[in-house]
Amino acid sequence: MSRMQNAVIASVKTALGWVPAQWLPGGTPDPLIGRSAAIGRQDNRLDGPAKVGGLARFSAEVPLQRLSYAALVYSSIVRGRITRLDTAAAEATPGVILVMTHRNMPRIGLVPLIGVTDLSAVGNSSLPILQDATIRYNGQVVAAVVAETQEQADHAASLIEIDYAAEPGKTRFEEAKTDARTPASILIEKNHVSVGNAERELAAAAHRVDNVYRTPGQNHNAIELHAVTVAWDGDSLVVHDTIQMVASSAKALAKLFGLKKDKVRVLSPFVGGGFGGKGLWDHQVVAVAAAKLAGRPLRLVLSREGVYRIVGGRSPSEQRVALGADADGRFTAIVHTGYSIMPPHGACPEQYSLCTRALYRSKSFEILQRHLDLDIVPNTYMRAPGEAIGTFAVECAVDELAHEMGIDPIELRRRNEPDRHPIHGSPFSQRALIQAYEQGAARFGWVRRQAEPGTLRDGEWRIGLGCASGSFPYARMPGANVRLTLRSDGSATIASSAQEMGMGTATVQVQHAADRLGLPVEAIGFELGDSALPAGPMAGGSSQTVSLAAAIMAASEKLTAELLRLAGNDSPLAGLRAGDVRLLDGGIGAIEDPSRHESYRSILARAARDEIVVDAAGSAPLEMLKFAMHSSSAIFCEVRVSDVTGEIRVERMLGSFDCGTILNPKTAASQFRGGMIMGLGLALTEETLFDERSGRIMNATLADYHIPVHLDVPEIEVMWTGIADPRSPLGARGIGEIGITGVGAAIANAVFNATGKRVRELPITLDKLL
Amino acid sequence: MNPVTYHRAASVAQALESSAAPGHRLLGGGTNLVDLMRKGIERPTGLIDVTQLSETIALAEDGSLLVGAAARNSAVAAHPLVRSRTPMLARAILAGASAQVRNMATIGGNLMQRTRCLYFQDEAGSRCNKRDPGSGCDAYGGFNRYHAVIGGSPACIAVHPSDMCVALAAFDARVRVAGASGTRAIALVDFHRLPGDRPDLETLLEPGEVIEAVEIPAFAGPSAYRKVRDRASYAFALVSVAAGLVIEEGRVADIRIAFGGIAPKPWRAFRAEAALRGAAVTQAAIDAAMAAEFADAAPLPGNAFKIDLAGRTLSALLAELSGSDR
Ligand SMILES: Cc1cc2nc3c(=O)[nH]c(=O)nc-3n(C[C@H](O)[C@H](O)[C@H](O)COP(=O)(O)OP(=O)(O)OC[C@H]3O[C@@H](n4cnc5c(N)ncnc54)[C@H](O)[C@@H]3O)c2cc1C
Repeated sequence: MSRMQNAVIASVKTALGWVPAQWLPGGTPDPLIGRSAAIGRQDNRLDGPAKVGGLARFSAEVPLQRLSYAALVYSSIVRGRITRLDTAAAEATPGVILVMTHRNMPRIGLVPLIGVTDLSAVGNSSLPILQDATIRYNGQVVAAVVAETQEQADHAASLIEIDYAAEPGKTRFEEAKTDARTPASILIEKNHVSVGNAERELAAAAHRVDNVYRTPGQNHNAIELHAVTVAWDGDSLVVHDTIQMVASSAKALAKLFGLKKDKVRVLSPFVGGGFGGKGLWDHQVVAVAAAKLAGRPLRLVLSREGVYRIVGGRSPSEQRVALGADADGRFTAIVHTGYSIMPPHGACPEQYSLCTRALYRSKSFEILQRHLDLDIVPNTYMRAPGEAIGTFAVECAVDELAHEMGIDPIELRRRNEPDRHPIHGSPFSQRALIQAYEQGAARFGWVRRQAEPGTLRDGEWRIGLGCASGSFPYARMPGANVRLTLRSDGSATIASSAQEMGMGTATVQVQHAADRLGLPVEAIGFELGDSALPAGPMAGGSSQTVSLAAAIMAASEKLTAELLRLAGNDSPLAGLRAGDVRLLDGGIGAIEDPSRHESYRSILARAARDEIVVDAAGSAPLEMLKFAMHSSSAIFCEVRVSDVTGEIRVERMLGSFDCGTILNPKTAASQFRGGMIMGLGLALTEETLFDERSGRIMNATLADYHIPVHLDVPEIEVMWTGIADPRSPLGARGIGEIGITGVGAAIANAVFNATGKRVRELPITLDKLL
Repeated sequence: MNPVTYHRAASVAQALESSAAPGHRLLGGGTNLVDLMRKGIERPTGLIDVTQLSETIALAEDGSLLVGAAARNSAVAAHPLVRSRTPMLARAILAGASAQVRNMATIGGNLMQRTRCLYFQDEAGSRCNKRDPGSGCDAYGGFNRYHAVIGGSPACIAVHPSDMCVALAAFDARVRVAGASGTRAIALVDFHRLPGDRPDLETLLEPGEVIEAVEIPAFAGPSAYRKVRDRASYAFALVSVAAGLVIEEGRVADIRIAFGGIAPKPWRAFRAEAALRGAAVTQAAIDAAMAAEFADAAPLPGNAFKIDLAGRTLSALLAELSGSDR
């Protein structure tokens, strides 16, 4: 984000400040709030049977005639030039069709980095892909082998010989600090926030904590590997991908390969886990180019190691958090500054300071992120980028301050609960964090917690309870389109290029459409994962659900108008206007007079129409700019820590969420639990071992990169306030990412409560407790 | 993967015959060897499947337990003779890997499995004296949390990762090996070599020899195994301890201590045992025993904590075995 965009957004915000709330999207709450039938029900996932039955076809499984297979070779040095590249042995191997290197890769431009303005800009890295002999990071793709079988390709890839002239690379976090950059903004927020004089307030505060927290790099490990199956037909291209941004990646590939937009079709009906990692990376581009050279359809499935080498993860961070409070515990200063990696060729700012803007009120603030430039595969969005690690630092600090003051950490949070956005001053659309705490604490049995660390024990195991707040901003994406088809048999289909990553995209939107259109869920179909459909939003920022919902809302408004027009004067609806009616009971009816109703069937029959088709886009998401819209959560956990070995075992966790309307308790609970399990990994085991001497990731396998196994995952209870957000479609806010936030701190706080040891560096491994 | 031939040996004689061919390797469950072949670290030209050899688990005449080399890890852990006579061995096996891996893994393969050192495993990007003698060792100065604090050399500090072997070391197990000139028995504690300046030589097994069985003598007292790791399961040991203890009149009559995760081989703590034999099991005695055992230790900043951890774990285990909760 540039200064320019910063200024634009700031002025839009200012202008919106003058606009009465009723004029904005969400000005009048969505009429479905409080009037839902299908929404809020525990419907099973529509994609469930296909997945359980093995019928769901993922991108690595698409059968094609004459399919060829590719394998990649990655650089083993961090920086330098290729001086010798011998592909002869590989080329001479049976089954090999071709070897593609920078020497014969078609010349293409750079992939534009993901941004908020240009929807075809979806890249995670703007480094050239196989365009020259330069090595820019350890793990970079240096060759691709295409063969008749995967095994032949893999084998031939191992025969390619490369010599490098190595140069020193920038690989050390500590050294890179000397020329850290200070970006003007972090996503759409101004980076540097300075309210009052925080350092002075801190120095004068009755109580204060001031510490540095460190979090390691982490890698994406979706179950489904990144995979793409590509077929050219003349100058048109079909890409079967597993991607969180179907529409925009089609646009980007068209641009990159100089094709007309309608000549590229990206299909991605299922994504086997994304979490931010399934974007446009080098492998899709390499696969498309190699398929072109080979003149054959081609499949490229990254190995697990390959995912580590060329798909970025979460940046490591070093964060200073200082809190000052007066004698009553009211915050007088909040300082949150730090460093994370964001090379100029990367797109994700790891926005760990955003949560700090929204969590607490304070007399003064000093917030600033600095970016380090390293020669690495750029870090990217990984479930709650920023918030996952930002809440670790801030929420540990709050716990530390509560301990130092001798008050309950929930009470300290209560005393600093803001009544409006602490920085912008805008009103919260809805916020019930304290209620979430109260309900969670009661259910969890927070009263059992002893303020004095190390009090509870069971044999060699010390027991501790901890809590922390989670936070995630509401977002709705501009440019979400759907097509709504209503048929004369009373069925309807919604179509959008949107993504199904296993979170229940189709399921909840069918529930939504059923209520919106007054039809049973069985009458509704949802098509997605195809760039030939109207361009949907990307699945990211926990925004897809409300973005689609707003588009469906817009479509239903268009449909209403069209139905009224078709109904004409021979209808019980004659004379009614859009504002007088609503869609219900399989048709359209007057709000004031339930007897005035006509079914869709009847309207369409009389008009001699088989179907009505409307295309619509969601309104501009101006509510985001006028109101402070955040989901929040209270995370509780109980841990045991061995006095002998320092081993930590989490006994139970509870998440109490305040995320607006819960559209489907079943899919929501899975999202929350999944996020919390990922938070457990973040707290205790996950760590990318990046060797700063070589710039190489040393644990590029699931055997050595430790995510929690079943035995690590305890009973997890989830609950929610369920209070609708009056400013958002359906009253809903995103729920996909908030689950991971707060968990790191809740566990660290529980470990402190158990042992009296404060670990400020993740993961909290046993050696840190000995 | 390079082309390989595959033969299944029906007898030890057949296995010996075909394994004499250059470039040939024995194949157990393949859970380690095949992984390493995929990574290009092992490049055999021929595989001789030895899973049809003896998988018998039975008592030998001298009262020791005989376990055929082809017995699967899970079968051994579940066997009534193992569970009743040496439950600690069952515990150690079950602490390793996952159910799926244990179902495939054989006893012979477990003994011969190679190190998990990240630099050994990274053919493409790292130096390793074990994999490529003389190339250097990137584990020094790199990630060495899982590496040896004792028994290593300037050339190599990689750890032998087996859990089972730690239990076997404590029980004075012997490895029965068949070769062209007959069979011989090697004490397990001698079977694995320390790296010295030849970290590529890992065991006393000569080329062309085959492991036939493992013999485990009876142990009179209670024994226990404890594996310490961050993740609750499916992780190699940071430290593991196998211990057996016989107390008579308040004094140690017999004691066995072996450590895993800290040395290039299953580390039988002979010095610590000697220090404790005849003594009362007190914290002071254990501290002294540990000090004696680790007098020659060479910890690194990344793994120094393991010496303390080993002592704490041993102490807890001995307390458990002596029935006190000291
Ligand atoms: C993800 C993962 C996690 C693991 N975690 C653990 C753990 O926590 N603890 C643990 O102890 N282990 C662990 N293991 C390792 C596992 O125990 C070994 O892979 C297994 O025991 C090897 O047995 P195998 O039969 O599959 O051997 P193979 O892979 O078949 O062979 C290994 C070696 O043994 C040789 N060999 C096999 N049989 C004989 C014979 N009869 N005579 C001579 N040489 C022979 C082979 O030539 C080869 O060199 C893990 C493995 C994996 C993959």
